[in-house]
Amino acid sequence: MLKKHPLLTFIFFGFILFLISNRLDELRVYQGATVAVYAIGIASLILLIGYSGQISLGHGALLAIGGYAAALSRIHYEAPIWLTFVIAVLAAAIGGALLGLAAARLSGPYLAGTTLALAIGLPSIANQFSIFGGEQGLYFDIGLPPASLGEDFTQYKWYFWISWSVALIVLYWLRNVMNSRYGRSWRAVRSNDVAAELAGIHVGRNKVLAFTISAGLAGIAGALLAMTVSLVSPGVYPLVLSFSLATGAVLSGVTTLGGVMIGSVTLVAIPEIALAIANRYGSETITTNLPGLLVSALLILTVLFVPNGPVEQLHAKRAKKGHSSHSLIEVTVRVGSKTLSTKKK
Amino acid sequence: MIEDLTVSHGAIKAIDAISFSVAKGTLAAVIGSNGAGKTTLMRTLSGLKDASSGRATWMDHNLLHGKPEHHVRNGVSHVSEGKSVIAQLTVEENLDLGALWRRDRNEAKSTKDEVFQLFPRLEERRTQLADTLSGGERQMLAIGRAYMSRPQLLLLDEPSLGLAPLVVEQIFQSIRTIVDTMGVTVVLVEQNAMGALKVADYGVVLNLGVVAARGKASDLIADPAVRAAYLGY
Amino acid sequence: MNKLLEVFLIGISAASIYSLMAISMVLVWRSTRVVNFAQAGMALLSAYIGYELVSRTGNFWIALPLAMILGAAFSAFIEFFLMRTLLKHSSQGAIAAIAPIIATLGLLGVIRATIGFIWGHYDRQIEAPLSKVGFKIGENTIAMSPMSLFVLLFVIGLVIIVTIVFQKTNIGLALRASAYAPEIAQLAGIRVSGIRTLGWAIAGASGAAAGILQTVNGTGAISPESLEFSLLLVFGFIAAVIGGLESLPGAVLGAIILGMVLAVVQIYISGTLVFIVAFLLLLTVLILRPQGFLGTKAGRRA
Repeated sequence: MLKKHPLLTFIFFGFILFLISNRLDELRVYQGATVAVYAIGIASLILLIGYSGQISLGHGALLAIGGYAAALSRIHYEAPIWLTFVIAVLAAAIGGALLGLAAARLSGPYLAGTTLALAIGLPSIANQFSIFGGEQGLYFDIGLPPASLGEDFTQYKWYFWISWSVALIVLYWLRNVMNSRYGRSWRAVRSNDVAAELAGIHVGRNKVLAFTISAGLAGIAGALLAMTVSLVSPGVYPLVLSFSLATGAVLSGVTTLGGVMIGSVTLVAIPEIALAIANRYGSETITTNLPGLLVSALLILTVLFVPNGPVEQLHAKRAKKGHSSHSLIEVTVRVGSKTLSTKKK
Repeated sequence: MIEDLTVSHGAIKAIDAISFSVAKGTLAAVIGSNGAGKTTLMRTLSGLKDASSGRATWMDHNLLHGKPEHHVRNGVSHVSEGKSVIAQLTVEENLDLGALWRRDRNEAKSTKDEVFQLFPRLEERRTQLADTLSGGERQMLAIGRAYMSRPQLLLLDEPSLGLAPLVVEQIFQSIRTIVDTMGVTVVLVEQNAMGALKVADYGVVLNLGVVAARGKASDLIADPAVRAAYLGY
Repeated sequence: MNKLLEVFLIGISAASIYSLMAISMVLVWRSTRVVNFAQAGMALLSAYIGYELVSRTGNFWIALPLAMILGAAFSAFIEFFLMRTLLKHSSQGAIAAIAPIIATLGLLGVIRATIGFIWGHYDRQIEAPLSKVGFKIGENTIAMSPMSLFVLLFVIGLVIIVTIVFQKTNIGLALRASAYAPEIAQLAGIRVSGIRTLGWAIAGASGAAAGILQTVNGTGAISPESLEFSLLLVFGFIAAVIGGLESLPGAVLGAIILGMVLAVVQIYISGTLVFIVAFLLLLTVLILRPQGFLGTKAGRRA
């Protein structure tokens, strides 16, 4: 069904979520909203890593730019909610474009370290300039849900609705972008820059574009995250957030958008599981340390044993049975690289 | 001794069931055009690449088992394609590298003297970085480094690549000297078929992964089919 | 007191710690082409082990070398069990380029959680073995104490020893050859995988020293979330990259440049800006001279 009627599938999924949201308690609804936020953040990273071969360990910084932009536009200009989100996207995209210009010249570990340094460095700006509200941060209030939704329509359900609507739109749009000319160029660039360049793809421009789009999506995730906690502050976008998103992307599988829910649900579920275990044994050390241990251990195990993610792993298994899932461009690029390497000698 | 050796890159067979043997103390040339499987053969014999099937032995030593460093310790040295020297190290350091694993420090020193005797140019430049050497000097250094391990079998991959004809001549003569005066067995892989066959005792012609012809080097040079296909006249 | 002298003294003490960290990063990078983002976590773990050793032996001068040996062993262990498996499994696809980065991040998380389990989340204190009160020149106290002087001399000594080992010994030759051209080194008969593990071990010892000296030279307190260790990671990385990520003298030079620039910012502008200045410095270097000050062009690849 997903293959034939993607739009219908997305709408159907949205409807299911709507039904679910009516049956959950407040905490679960809040967590559901967080899953949507993570899904957008992880999707933006998958776009970057899996489709353009660049890595960011500082995506939290881009989320922060989006969140602060949204909050500032709300506080100073009383912008309507939808406009704050648009502003968040634009602000983060501009930041991402600047970073992308530098990033296009860097490879693997250099880029990882640079983005990491940004994620650690950016919060100090919030402390330096009073407009950002320092350590306490700024209040970000999107207002009460419309009265027309009824009396028992809670604030968190409102957040849930907004987050999921945005998430579904974003994922649907991303899916289409990936299957477009841009998506194919990005995959070509990821597989082999030189061959892609020879095939007439402007590698640098494509990398910057991928970074910009990824940043824009991170921006909206940042605004949504701020919305669910009604606050922007350095503490809302800690370094751990950047690491979590990278973790989520790897758990989901960086080569395909299909697994994005796996990572986002895992990120929200693990602290819950850890809490359940901790309650059973009643120890505070377990509560504080187990989530980190589980996430990190899962991360290492994934990289070691399912490096391309669970979804890709299934695809690979099916491909072995005869259903090849390779797209044409990748084959051409591989052949291209082979000729190249012989020539280089 | 090579029997039915097959090596694949993924689904492509780079070498398909080839067999030949090389007598001790002789110089064998493996010739063939680009893509014939020559480099793959060398990389397999030195342990850099795994074979799919077949056997390859040198004396009692199984060449298809173990890592390159293991082979070196058993008297098989490989000079890989493209002047395999380390540019960031000095000439002398590159040479010492070949003997690092040896316990007999004094003998290693006399081996170095032998190398300097063979290639006096290297002695003049012993403290220079390998980066500053000319193409021919680098090839000498690469061969010298392999010789530092005191090999019984020396595998040379395209030593003539990118060198001027005069320099090629000189390198080939040095290889002949290594065989004749030091008793080393050499397998020389070359695209420069004529030059290689002229110095070699024995020749193997590879074409698209299979042996197209083999025999005494002088016979191969005389063979009209080989001349037409590989020697270019 | 003379402000310029103060900048210099603060800069040079900071640089001494950064260079230890940068040296670890360079060693690991050279031996396995991996930037070890868990390096700071390993340094933190070593600081805790140092704390245990100091409280058990009661002697800092025994604890420091012991902790360095344990740090080396731990680092070698990681290379042997984690990195080798990783290179075997994740060498293809989009993940290949980032798998080592992700794995070291995961390792960082595991180390932090483990520290939390063992030592809990409140501060531990390592007593400084030497006075941290600045020397007096006439009436003025300068920004250099016996403790920070020791750190400086220790680092200089370590750098000299490492340089001699690398340039003058056979092991050093094997380490350099394996770093520059692993395949050629292998063909020359060197057991490259063992040499890699050794590279990680030396890096572990250097990182352990960084962790402990950073702690005693600073407030003396360590906690799993300690900011100083995020700082150590980022500044070590930046120093290594400024120097070119390939070269040991480069790592020291990078650390000195970074230490000095940050000291100027701290004294003349504002202490809260050091992170962002460090980031801008990194970006500038990467854009203007991507191979670093002492790196070669070839080093940038991979």
